[in-house]
Amino acid sequence: MNPYRRSFLKFAGASLGVGVLYSAYPSALSQGEAGSMFAELGRASGERVAPFSFVQLSDAHVGFSGPPDPLGTKAFERAVDMINALPQRPDLVLFTGDLTHDTEDRDVHVQRMKQFQEISKRINVPVIRHVPGEHDAGLDGGALYREFFGESHYSFDHRGVHFVALDNVSRTKPEVGAEQLAWLKKDLARFSKTAPIVVFTHRPLFDLRPDWEWFTSDGDDVMNVLSAYDNVTVLYGHIHRDDEHVVSGAHHYAARSLIFAFPDPTGVAGPRKPLPFDKDRPFKNLGIRAVSFNGKPQPGSSSLSIEDIELTAREFRGINGTQQFLRSPNV
Amino acid sequence: MFRVKPAKTGVLTALCFSALLVLTGVSRGHADDVPVIEIAARRFAFTPDKITLKKGQTVKLRLRSEDVTHGFFVRPLKIDEEIPAGQTVEVTVTPQTAGTFLTICDHFCGANHGNMYMTIVVE
Repeated sequence: MNPYRRSFLKFAGASLGVGVLYSAYPSALSQGEAGSMFAELGRASGERVAPFSFVQLSDAHVGFSGPPDPLGTKAFERAVDMINALPQRPDLVLFTGDLTHDTEDRDVHVQRMKQFQEISKRINVPVIRHVPGEHDAGLDGGALYREFFGESHYSFDHRGVHFVALDNVSRTKPEVGAEQLAWLKKDLARFSKTAPIVVFTHRPLFDLRPDWEWFTSDGDDVMNVLSAYDNVTVLYGHIHRDDEHVVSGAHHYAARSLIFAFPDPTGVAGPRKPLPFDKDRPFKNLGIRAVSFNGKPQPGSSSLSIEDIELTAREFRGINGTQQFLRSPNV
Repeated sequence: MFRVKPAKTGVLTALCFSALLVLTGVSRGHADDVPVIEIAARRFAFTPDKITLKKGQTVKLRLRSEDVTHGFFVRPLKIDEEIPAGQTVEVTVTPQTAGTFLTICDHFCGANHGNMYMTIVVE
């Protein structure tokens, strides 16, 4: 079996980003059985099978304050503005967890969830979906998260692509659990092996850096279920940096956070420490990766245009500039 | 004035030594002659925060939660334990590989959970 299964999702760019814009490229799999599956999914969902784009955002940690990043929600708000300014409006936005920062005070956590919703509602995109992070659901098993956002694991179809939300935080440990695994198997049973599947979750489903808690203990079991399908892409957050791995034949992509970054796990021994805040570049490591698909795939040539949009605060420089920026209500 | 009679000095010395061992997290089990190391877990630290083991030598880690449920996870040593709130669990380990291993709490326990770790050195 080809260890590098085709990815029907295309994105690229070495940009630093607060979010990742994906273009789904169903026509790349328009031949034969895969094409039939796209058409079947499209008929089932009532939507026309067509290329589309979407954005992944992660780790807003609304409510977090203090070192290493004094920005609060400004990067999140900036990301919203940038998404709304994209020339091609994405079809949907996926949030891969840690929407809020945890607190033991339920009333405070409620306020944080409300604030997250207030900011995310400004995104002019028809569909917004979420999964929780451990900061949203780790202390109460996800009870408050479900009050605001509904079920923490679910699935839906969009323009020929099957999206699966997996919860690997509500059991408090990094795991999905037997019940959800059984649900996943049942959920996917109706699809052929070539069905395009996007799994979005919070923690990595493989051992990226277990001693930094960058793993899911039953991630192998999840990947065993997914290994029956050739076109699987996994999107996740948690690690506060972009990353790409091919594991069990599926591409796993991590998105940057909207609060602060962690270092490259391959270069650091010892405990995980956030990267320091750069007062001269307050949005360092933040931005948007945008990819648009022109709908005309051509063998041997790229039909993708890639634009790296770095989140900048050029008008704010130095300490005074940063203070201005931090006081500014609209950046 | 506190005076200790010579006949009790040896007992007192033994008690002081035992107390010292407890304070340093090491006590000698008598039942099966396997060294026991006491480790306390509370939000958000393990105490002690560093222990040293010998490769090939079996030790028993006695893990005690002083508040909520914590995890005790170190993949290279194949340890993945849950310490229920206020309870004590024991895990026996015979390290096969030398090195310095970060041990974390992998049971989300609050805001500073990500900074709850200790070091196990295997010589």
